[in-house]
Amino acid sequence: MSGLNFRGIWAIYRTEMARTRRTVWQSVATPVITTVLYFIVFGGAIGSRMKQVGGVGYGAFIVPGLIMLTLLTQGISNASVAIYFPKFTRTIFELLSAPISSTEAVFAYVGAAATKSVMIGLIILATATLFVPVRVLHPGWMVAFLLLTAVSFALFGFIIGIWAENFEQLAIIPSLVVTPLTFLGGAFYSIDMLPQPWRTISLFNPVVYLVSGFRWSFYGVGDVGVATSLGFIVAFMVLCLALLWWIFRSGYRLKP
Amino acid sequence: MSPVLSVSAVKKTYKSGQVALHEIDLTVQKGEIFALLGPNGAGKTTLISIICGLVSMTSGQVLVAGHDIVRDYRAARAMIGLVPQEIALDIFATVEDTVRFTRGLFGRRGAPDRIEQLLRDLSLWDKRGARTMELSGGMKRRVMIAKALSHDPDILFLDEPTAGVDVNLRRDMWEIVRRLRDRGVTIILTTHYIEEAEEMADRVGVIDRGRLVLVEETAALMRKFGKRRLSIMMQQRMEAIPPELASWPLRLEAGGERLVYDFDAKAPDTGIPRLLRDLGTAGIDYKDLETSRNSLEDIFVDLVENGA
Ligand SMILES: Nc1ncnc2c1ncn2[C@@H]1O[C@H](COP(=O)(O)OP(=O)(O)O)[C@@H](O)[C@H]1O
Ligand SMILES: [Mg+2]
Repeated sequence: MSGLNFRGIWAIYRTEMARTRRTVWQSVATPVITTVLYFIVFGGAIGSRMKQVGGVGYGAFIVPGLIMLTLLTQGISNASVAIYFPKFTRTIFELLSAPISSTEAVFAYVGAAATKSVMIGLIILATATLFVPVRVLHPGWMVAFLLLTAVSFALFGFIIGIWAENFEQLAIIPSLVVTPLTFLGGAFYSIDMLPQPWRTISLFNPVVYLVSGFRWSFYGVGDVGVATSLGFIVAFMVLCLALLWWIFRSGYRLKP
Repeated sequence: MSPVLSVSAVKKTYKSGQVALHEIDLTVQKGEIFALLGPNGAGKTTLISIICGLVSMTSGQVLVAGHDIVRDYRAARAMIGLVPQEIALDIFATVEDTVRFTRGLFGRRGAPDRIEQLLRDLSLWDKRGARTMELSGGMKRRVMIAKALSHDPDILFLDEPTAGVDVNLRRDMWEIVRRLRDRGVTIILTTHYIEEAEEMADRVGVIDRGRLVLVEETAALMRKFGKRRLSIMMQQRMEAIPPELASWPLRLEAGGERLVYDFDAKAPDTGIPRLLRDLGTAGIDYKDLETSRNSLEDIFVDLVENGA
């Protein structure tokens, strides 16, 4: 046998998606309920006292940020668990013994995790339209940001899953780094609303660029230019790919 | 005939500094049943794991049917099936799904008939819809075997296949091994029971502390080392072996309370009836007799004493 192992990729992808179907409540209901809660608290309670942000009603303003927030956290958690769990249960031996390349395995796992986050992102978007009027000015860009973000953060999650040696390590980066960054990333406000020096400091937060670019694709307004946003996310993806390439080259933490 | 497996100068030092394999050279021919025999910690699992791609070797080379396991890993791995020492299953997957998954992972087209046959052979067909976590330990092990065979490997590795396994599974497993051998599948198994190696293997490799100390045809190994031992418990302590018994290769043990006679169980004449008669003639009373098998430890002692 030579050439790519498409059947192997498909076997992993399908198994991962089947896992999603088995845990459909956790997978879909949780983000939807969370989103509805955000709408009640931020959109309803707080938003009713807020003026428009950048010409957009507050409820509609937070929709892109909410979707991004979900894409980040879901992408990371899906992909990190997908690869960490086989390590934990030792079923990873099968993957290591199979005629499948690391790239193919990443493709399958990250593809499945990204598919899942995109699906959840779209479900949230659909849920949001029940509450607020949502416009999408640049659908092509919207889809591009959606896919790029889902894939990049699934890659990032995959790296965390490979790096983690226990459940604490698996949880520490999402809870200690990613969650604060997403909350401070302009999902619920425009960074123009922040006083200095926080406005400048925010520009060092990568999530600001993701949320801004994604929001631009909806309403044509963003905290930073769309090209900057796109450049940032592509750079992040390349960084993750380079890190993974190094991990597989060195056999880091996968093979004793 | 070129060997189906060729291991040359394989060394493994774990990151902890533990040297698990010193320098292993081994070739296995197609269709052979080869047993790696050695005590716990000898390096059996490490060697198998290297060949199967689970552990990276520090140096050396492994060829599977001529395919280098590093450079040409796809071709090499596609030929190999592995049943690891420990059960590791996706506990949420059903039996059928997890077996099908392995076949796919190895790049093979779905084959419901083949999977059905396999599950029937392993008495898993009735359980095909059950999640693996619902199965007993023995059934889980059967699933592990089914997965390893799902892609019709040319070489099957069984790491301690009978450790903690019930009689039925043991019998079924040997039945499967025989059938596979008839189809030309090469089987490499590890064990620390000499009986098991004797029962199944064509050839045996004895491994100890990371060194392959001996590779022999099973029959030859058993001739050399497969001795049995008769222990005779004395009624009265004996200071020395009496001259009437001087022609027998006897040893006194336990401070003269036990007389020990090593014999070859496969020899036409073990000598036991004559020895017991001679004991009677010499007026030596004994209270108990016990026969035992040369253990693996005895073999190592033998090997060291003979400077092998
Ligand atoms: N992942 C590992 N890291 C460090 N040392 C290991 C590892 N796996 C096995 N060893 C050591 O290597 C030696 C050989 O182990 P192993 O191959 O499991 O032996 P066997 O299968 O013959 O019982 C042992 O001393 C064991 O402690
Ligand atoms: Mg072992």
